[in-house]
Amino acid sequence: MREIRADEIKRAVKKLCMDANYYLPQDVIDALRKGYEREVSPIGKDILKKILKNIEVAGKQKLPLCQDTGVAVFFIDLGQEVKIVGKSLEDAINEGVREGYSEGYLRKSMVADPLFDRTNTKDNTPCIMHIRIVRGNKVRIAFVPKGGGAENMSRVAMLKPADGVKGVKRFVIQTVEEAGPNPCPPLIIGVGIGGDFEEVSLLAKRALLRKIGQHNPNARYAELEDELLVEINRLGIGPQGLGGRITALAVNIEHFPCHIASLPVAVNLQCHAARHKEIEI
Amino acid sequence: MMKDEIRLNTPLSDEDVEKLIIGDRVLLNGIVYTARDTAHKRLVEAIKKGKALPFNPQGQIIYYAGPAPAKPGRAVGPIGPTTSCRMDPYAIFLIEAGIKGMIGKGSRSEEVKEAMKRYKAVYFAAIGGAAALLSEYIKGAEIIAYEDLGTEAIYKLAVEDFPVIVAGDVRGGDLYEEGKRQYRI
Repeated sequence: MREIRADEIKRAVKKLCMDANYYLPQDVIDALRKGYEREVSPIGKDILKKILKNIEVAGKQKLPLCQDTGVAVFFIDLGQEVKIVGKSLEDAINEGVREGYSEGYLRKSMVADPLFDRTNTKDNTPCIMHIRIVRGNKVRIAFVPKGGGAENMSRVAMLKPADGVKGVKRFVIQTVEEAGPNPCPPLIIGVGIGGDFEEVSLLAKRALLRKIGQHNPNARYAELEDELLVEINRLGIGPQGLGGRITALAVNIEHFPCHIASLPVAVNLQCHAARHKEIEI
Repeated sequence: MMKDEIRLNTPLSDEDVEKLIIGDRVLLNGIVYTARDTAHKRLVEAIKKGKALPFNPQGQIIYYAGPAPAKPGRAVGPIGPTTSCRMDPYAIFLIEAGIKGMIGKGSRSEEVKEAMKRYKAVYFAAIGGAAALLSEYIKGAEIIAYEDLGTEAIYKLAVEDFPVIVAGDVRGGDLYEEGKRQYRI
């Protein structure tokens, strides 16, 4: 067994929270630049120019790109030969979030009770954690700060198997169309297909971690990604929903086997400030 | 060709807002007040009870936003718009009370658009997610009400050339609908 001190994880998570909120992944920046070149709407082009300028300002001044620094979502692949010592993995991650959000001047957006009091927890905890136990002696931590605007417009549907490809396409496009300007386009669209009710949502969110330009390894799903991207960019929504041809930068599909009676589909929308960062310890 | 940006000073007059049409790019100068969900709820409760508002609404602009904390040496933290439709049920009361402009992102309800026509008010879109950049145009910030709400408190912001786009005008124009119609294939 390899021992990893919980404090080491905490420190890594703290830095992860700050870095992910200040700097966008290069593939997202490249996709926005390409979008800027291709956008035909003058207003849309002007918006993309300012979005690129925002990335510059945030990086230079070490400021969060967006004031909504999100719910702190973690995907953790924990090697089965790792023993965490000192405190629990959950505590280590939450303490990292607490310190990162406080010292990094990030907004705290979590309320303790979802329905009645809605009092802010003031440190952006608790985070949301999805843990997989995998082979090996390392811990891989992917962090996605997820803003409210894009998350609110995300949807799940339990389609009938007979709905098929057509039904899946209709649901994805309808979700993007109904979301309109609210999730801050241009978007990255995570699509989950298969699994069950909760697994499909996880697939959709996990799809947001994939690099732009990387396709689903299965040729048929890869083709579906391309077709959906083309159709979505015909909707006319454009940057910030004010009209244009660049509504989405990428459609990433993740799929999983499912029940003979089911065809679950989830669409997790991600705004143009598509923040995520991964580390390995 | 895009029209040049229009410079406006707050408070806004009827004449200021009447000349604006959807798609105009505007640079705002002067004072802008922030208010989000809970602040709106409280403002409208005050209006309904006939109480004074924390600021005189005549000609003023409300920015639907809650900033990230300010780093030392900066007037305010990153501050981009939040989704406006959540404020729709309250906005009508504030427009009636004299508000001339709202800054946010996303479409507005028919009721809000109707109130904008009747009372002459405009809706500006700021770029969602461009919060670091937008904070560069804010030169001063102070909390003037509802401090207990944290980021949702009402901030009085002093802005210089704060960039927005007219998304809704006094004639009922709606750039979200118009833009989409124009670029849909």
